[in-house]
Amino acid sequence: MSACDGCLRRSALIAALAAHIERARRNHRHIAELLALGEEDLLDALGGGRRGDLERAREGFDPVQARERISAAGLHAVCRHDGAYPPRLTQAADAAAVLHVAGDPGRLAALAIEDAPAVAVVGARRAGHDGLEVARGLGRGLAAAGVTVVSGMALGIDSAAHAGALEVGGPTLAVLASGADVPYPPSKRGLYREIVRTQAAISEMPPGFRPFRWCFPARNRTIAGLAMLTIVVEATERSGSLITAELAQDLGRAVGAVPGPVSAPRAAGSNALLRDGALVIRHAQDALDEALGIGVATALTSHRAQDLERPLRALLARVEDGCDTVSDLAATPAEAQSALAGLSELELLGFLRRVPGGRYVRCS
Amino acid sequence: MLARVSTFAIDGFASRRVSVEVDLRTGLPAFTIVGRGDAAVRESRERVHAALLNSGFAFPQRRITVNLAPAHLRKIGPGFDLATACGVLAASEQIPSAALERWAVFGELGLSGDVRRCRGVLAVAEGTRRDRIAGLIVPRECAREAALVDDVVVAGVSSLRQVAALLRGGEVPELPALAPAPKRDAPAEQPDLADVRGHAGAVRALTVAAAGGHNLLLSGPPGTGKTMLAARLPSVLPPLTRAEAIAVTRIHSIAGMYTGQELIRRRPLRAPHHTISPSGLVGGGMLPSPGEASLAHNGVLFLDELSEFSRSALEALRQPLEDGTVAIVRRQRTVMFPTRFQLVASTNPCPCGHAGSPRCRCTEADMARHRRKLSGPLLDRMDLIVPMPRPAAEALDGGPTTSSAEVLAAVLEARERQAERLAGSGLTTNAALSPRLLREHVCADAAAHALLRGAYERGTLSARGHQRVLRVARTIADLEGSACVRAHDVKEALGLREEHAVEGARAA
Repeated sequence: MSACDGCLRRSALIAALAAHIERARRNHRHIAELLALGEEDLLDALGGGRRGDLERAREGFDPVQARERISAAGLHAVCRHDGAYPPRLTQAADAAAVLHVAGDPGRLAALAIEDAPAVAVVGARRAGHDGLEVARGLGRGLAAAGVTVVSGMALGIDSAAHAGALEVGGPTLAVLASGADVPYPPSKRGLYREIVRTQAAISEMPPGFRPFRWCFPARNRTIAGLAMLTIVVEATERSGSLITAELAQDLGRAVGAVPGPVSAPRAAGSNALLRDGALVIRHAQDALDEALGIGVATALTSHRAQDLERPLRALLARVEDGCDTVSDLAATPAEAQSALAGLSELELLGFLRRVPGGRYVRCS
Repeated sequence: MLARVSTFAIDGFASRRVSVEVDLRTGLPAFTIVGRGDAAVRESRERVHAALLNSGFAFPQRRITVNLAPAHLRKIGPGFDLATACGVLAASEQIPSAALERWAVFGELGLSGDVRRCRGVLAVAEGTRRDRIAGLIVPRECAREAALVDDVVVAGVSSLRQVAALLRGGEVPELPALAPAPKRDAPAEQPDLADVRGHAGAVRALTVAAAGGHNLLLSGPPGTGKTMLAARLPSVLPPLTRAEAIAVTRIHSIAGMYTGQELIRRRPLRAPHHTISPSGLVGGGMLPSPGEASLAHNGVLFLDELSEFSRSALEALRQPLEDGTVAIVRRQRTVMFPTRFQLVASTNPCPCGHAGSPRCRCTEADMARHRRKLSGPLLDRMDLIVPMPRPAAEALDGGPTTSSAEVLAAVLEARERQAERLAGSGLTTNAALSPRLLREHVCADAAAHALLRGAYERGTLSARGHQRVLRVARTIADLEGSACVRAHDVKEALGLREEHAVEGARAA
């Protein structure tokens, strides 16, 4: 697993041009087009008055020093000429030259095998609890069947998908817009640590890099490129996840979406995808059928409601019907007592999860 | 000529004996008071002077020195007026000095010689008994308050002249008749749990909180009845014992908030506004006076909108919560107030208040910020964390689910079981158990322990929550009349601790 000098130089150049690319983005330049350019053309397109300085910096680039920085940050680097680089990514002209890996490099190398299964689960940062629960369930079900769950570690759906995969021990891959050694968003530091401990976080940007706004759509192209199927769980009409879906479509990959209530703005984007012909994904089994072929793998269903004792089963049914708080389930304190005990038991058995506001939601 | 009169100074929660020594000698007429008095004590000279003359006594044209001993103790307030006046009268032989040995004297004087009500009379009366002084002369309006203490002859006086008559061998005036109890103390007016509609879970939580003395955090959107529920906690707590009632009355008297004639019988409920300062909450000020935490002693302190309170105010509550007493240090002196209260707090589940419903527009970052504001010293002390979602419409139309009397009966039984088990340890409730005592008394079966371990491993319970849940499960078992904590007690206790509200989900 290594990176060649040329690719490292290109990676350094992109990082040095980051502020220029950001300015170009504000001037409505197409990021994918820019990233597909050669080094000389990039400098021509963006360098402007500082082209000379940038040119000199590029010529003075020291690959040995760059490798030292990467290993000092505890990262591994893989360039597109290396055998460990995922072949699916090379399809795109604008694919990252170098991928930096934090954590277990084997998680990325596993995708270098032809047809290694990987599914992207992306969606809104402001997601509802039901959406989060679905994303978590998808992460869990896919990972348990050995499918790599690819996402962006953003707030909301992305993180829930990673967390679901972590629950069953992976595999999962977080694609970051920052350097692979920089937890972004910072509030997901805990999740980042968990991912890096047993799984991997990757980024095309060099260590220590702090993201510009253009880095997020750029990161999305890596997510779409890595996955054979991209699933949007919840997305508003202007969501960045729709960019990921579009990129996946451009690459000729399958796109799926989880249906949401038609009246909910937070599911408007994902519902629109379905109208445009995206696959309907209801649960992990739908995703597995699409990714691996129908009936190849069965999503694990560890919790079977039929096996529950009758009162618990009745309680679960009432929660599923929408009586999802203690006060909805019980009219008197004595009833509340047994409802509380029953709900806790169902929570411990993994049927229910408590969400803020005193509600219980069904785990998928 | 020298005269000596006994009186008391209020020093925090305690009363300390003060000897008023009055010395008359020849010299240029002068009137000085020494012995670390505050402004009210210095002004006392003018009141005493006018009161003596207006009551028809002579004011000695001599050099008068008044010493309030012991000199190191700071003397606060106008309560020394009457003792000073008696001292001057005795020193100038207008009343017999010997008669003063049997009495302690406490009260403020008006310029006409009338005797006015003062704060802290109950504490003074307790001091009188402690120091074995036979009688206590107090303002007539406070006579009933002083008479709450046994074994002290209380003389309620309304004028300086009456004091002189008494000391010259007159009759001890009878206590003023009890006025009819004011209407608002009538039991019918006390808020009752029967007023609550829906919220069966929260009512159950309140029962458990009352039974074990547990601190309770209610989390729910605005307007669901968190305040209403908290206001009903005193109605399901055991009645005050006589000793507790005296302590409560004494604090209210010291704070100048007691005008009654009988002991305060209801457990106090204090609900300070969230803009309160640290010293307002735990007591303080230049002349230390009790804060809300002390006024809630033996009762309930309710902090509505916990996250809106200033960090420093909440921080200041830590010691009182832990020790049951607060020490206020002022100019090298420490005064103590008792603060053994049950804490009930309420909070919105998220900044907009609608968490969990489609109306909520808060981002994960908003929620994290909200939790950060909540977390801290107080949360470590909350045994029960209970959501209060908006009740369904049917529940609002329905009848009462229970009544305070019904709940109180269950609470009393559970308290009795705790007292029996904890006899000899000096504790009375499960909430007060130290981790070591908890292990000793919890008597949980294997299934209960396995459940707790499962919840911890699943990440739905924090390490700190583990202890808290076990404590609450112990109380639930007491409510059930069970000697041991069983699995379903633990399950219910787990349901009564919504750590999400404060800890945040792990990983995602």
